[in-house]
Amino acid sequence: MTSKKNGAKRNSEFIGNKLPEILEVIKSSRETLLANLILLGEIPAETFHEERRNQALINRFSELGLLNTSIDEMHNGVGLLAGSEGHSNILIVAHSDTVFSETRDHALTISPDEVSGPGVADNSLGVATLATLPDILKKLNIHLKNNLILMGSSRSLGKGNIKGLKFFLDNNKLPIKAGLCVEGVELGRISHVSMGMLRGEIVCKIPAEKEWSGFGNESAIMTLNEMINKINEIPIPRKPRCSIILGRIEGGTDPNKKALKAKLGFEVRSESSEAVEEIGFLLEEAVAEIRSQTKDQITLEIFAKRSPGGIQFTHPLVRNARNILEHLDIVPRYNPSTSELGGLIDEGIPALTIGLTQSKLLELETEVIEIEPVYKGLAQLVALILMIDGGYADEH
Amino acid sequence: MEGTLMSIKQWLEQNTYHHDDFWDLKKMIKEKEKKNLKVSLCIPTLNEEKTIGKEVVLFKSELMNRYPLLDEIAVIDSGSTDKTLEVAANFGADTYLSTEIIPRLGIKKGKGENLWKAIYQLEGDVIVYVDADIKNIHPRFVYGLVGPLIYRDEVQYVKAFYDRPLAVSENIRVSGGGRVTEILTRPIFSLFYPELTAIIQPLSGEYAVRREVLEQIPFPIGYGVETSHLIDVYNKYGLEAFAQTDLDKRVHRNQPTTSLGKMAFGILQTFLHRAEEHGKVKVLENMSTVLKQFQARAEKYEILENEIIEDERPPMITIPEYREKFNIDQ
Repeated sequence: MTSKKNGAKRNSEFIGNKLPEILEVIKSSRETLLANLILLGEIPAETFHEERRNQALINRFSELGLLNTSIDEMHNGVGLLAGSEGHSNILIVAHSDTVFSETRDHALTISPDEVSGPGVADNSLGVATLATLPDILKKLNIHLKNNLILMGSSRSLGKGNIKGLKFFLDNNKLPIKAGLCVEGVELGRISHVSMGMLRGEIVCKIPAEKEWSGFGNESAIMTLNEMINKINEIPIPRKPRCSIILGRIEGGTDPNKKALKAKLGFEVRSESSEAVEEIGFLLEEAVAEIRSQTKDQITLEIFAKRSPGGIQFTHPLVRNARNILEHLDIVPRYNPSTSELGGLIDEGIPALTIGLTQSKLLELETEVIEIEPVYKGLAQLVALILMIDGGYADEH
Repeated sequence: MEGTLMSIKQWLEQNTYHHDDFWDLKKMIKEKEKKNLKVSLCIPTLNEEKTIGKEVVLFKSELMNRYPLLDEIAVIDSGSTDKTLEVAANFGADTYLSTEIIPRLGIKKGKGENLWKAIYQLEGDVIVYVDADIKNIHPRFVYGLVGPLIYRDEVQYVKAFYDRPLAVSENIRVSGGGRVTEILTRPIFSLFYPELTAIIQPLSGEYAVRREVLEQIPFPIGYGVETSHLIDVYNKYGLEAFAQTDLDKRVHRNQPTTSLGKMAFGILQTFLHRAEEHGKVKVLENMSTVLKQFQARAEKYEILENEIIEDERPPMITIPEYREKFNIDQ
């Protein structure tokens, strides 16, 4: 016990001494980060269409002198910054896909305090961080012992179901010591556990002839409404913690026409895989019941599923992350994650998801991030990399 | 006529570039250093706080810090009432108020005034002018224009053109300019300066020019500055002095038709003065400087009168302050 306490104290001192210099260098890299944010963030990268953005990312890696850069079959963009020993690897991953289609105007607007534009927080800032990190490490004269793998991962969101990262982990031959998932927001977040998750879509369709006949309730939107009411009746346990998120709805074409098709996107989250299974079963039942009542065509498609898992709160990686944030005067917040972290955890890789700054209006075209907190967000990332590289985040 | 067509064709083949031709910035910088050239960027502004930050940060990071192509980035402002200068300075641009440059000469209102005063204020052997309202700004807007000047000593003036496809069929793409270019500038060039029709977008606001050319030409301070440059440089150095670079897409604010009318009126004044000077047309009487436009209010039509005087600054080389600053013998 004493040695753990002493070790933690030593780490804390090391971080405390190093952080002011790290912060200074990061502040002097503001233009580089913002330029990378513009150059990468203005390239549209809707899920399944990330190739151009990741190509630009690896071009930047090549310009920075990274020798191993590649785009794989899933269009992940990967660069390797060789360590002095290179026995193991630290993976820094930022998903490069966004929810915005190519037809949207992707121009970003920059003021001295803020950057705004579609996808800037989720997750162009994360991708720009990957492109800027080698510059920052160079300025800090940091030479890591381990290799640093920088990865803009594809197919993360929605139906993407972190396929990019999974593909990389399935096919990569390099041993990975630890992983850090970098998200634009929110600074202070430490996600060390991954929620059990079930993500899918319910689609209601009514036959075309109902569109013009009668004045009744025939409409896919009405059917979907019934469906939502039914979902609301599903009992959600308090323990283990569970939730059903109804995150997206689409339906119909015109206000004066009955909708022939309506869609509901949902995500079930829970700390327990049994609870996820149970709610999934109840959703299937609900769909079957409404289908039998309305005779409409209702389908349930599950396109992403993950088991809960993670590292303990007492794991040195979490302890170090907490310690770094405290040195930066940021109160840590512990939120479970449903994204990349799950992929790393499934492979038994100790990993965290961290956020880089504060934001407003997430997922709108006018999404805004604040510039000033990014310095601390990046300092947190660099300090964590140093901790991992130095072996301070290893579990003994 | 056939000769003109031939020379245009030949010029298009030899002097028209795509920005990708200059992707190798390391090579370009080597050449720039070998020739001991200094390059200055001038961004003329008037109330551009929304877009100026992005332009400055991108050019500073990419073309000063990462690849040292630019030796200075200057914002020359006509008196913005918003935070244009504050934002530009925050991101590291040198900022100047046009009125404070050679104050003895007083103030003339217009973008051309800023471009002209940049010749005095900036140090570069090459000056690149880039408008501040470009939404999709990218380093290519600078290196694409500077490239021909760095690699080819005989090129004096490089003009930008952009991809504006309205419809594409069977791989034929209409490569044209904006509305004023197509209905005014191109027809008058075709009539009086046919070789200049080779310039695909004569009114584009982005160009790079050698100092020794800039200091020798007068500057209309309003809408006519681009047109007069083309005519004056053509008269002095011929078509061979020009090059043009395709910078792909440019996203900017669209102007209402009434503003285009004012622009066309100013350009026409500049053109007629030049054409008269060169003996191409005989203008028999003093031309009016008032543009009349109409607007409907309720059931009545109202006349809008705009006085547009295409005032001009003389060649910078004739200004004593300039000659003194750059040690030009009296």
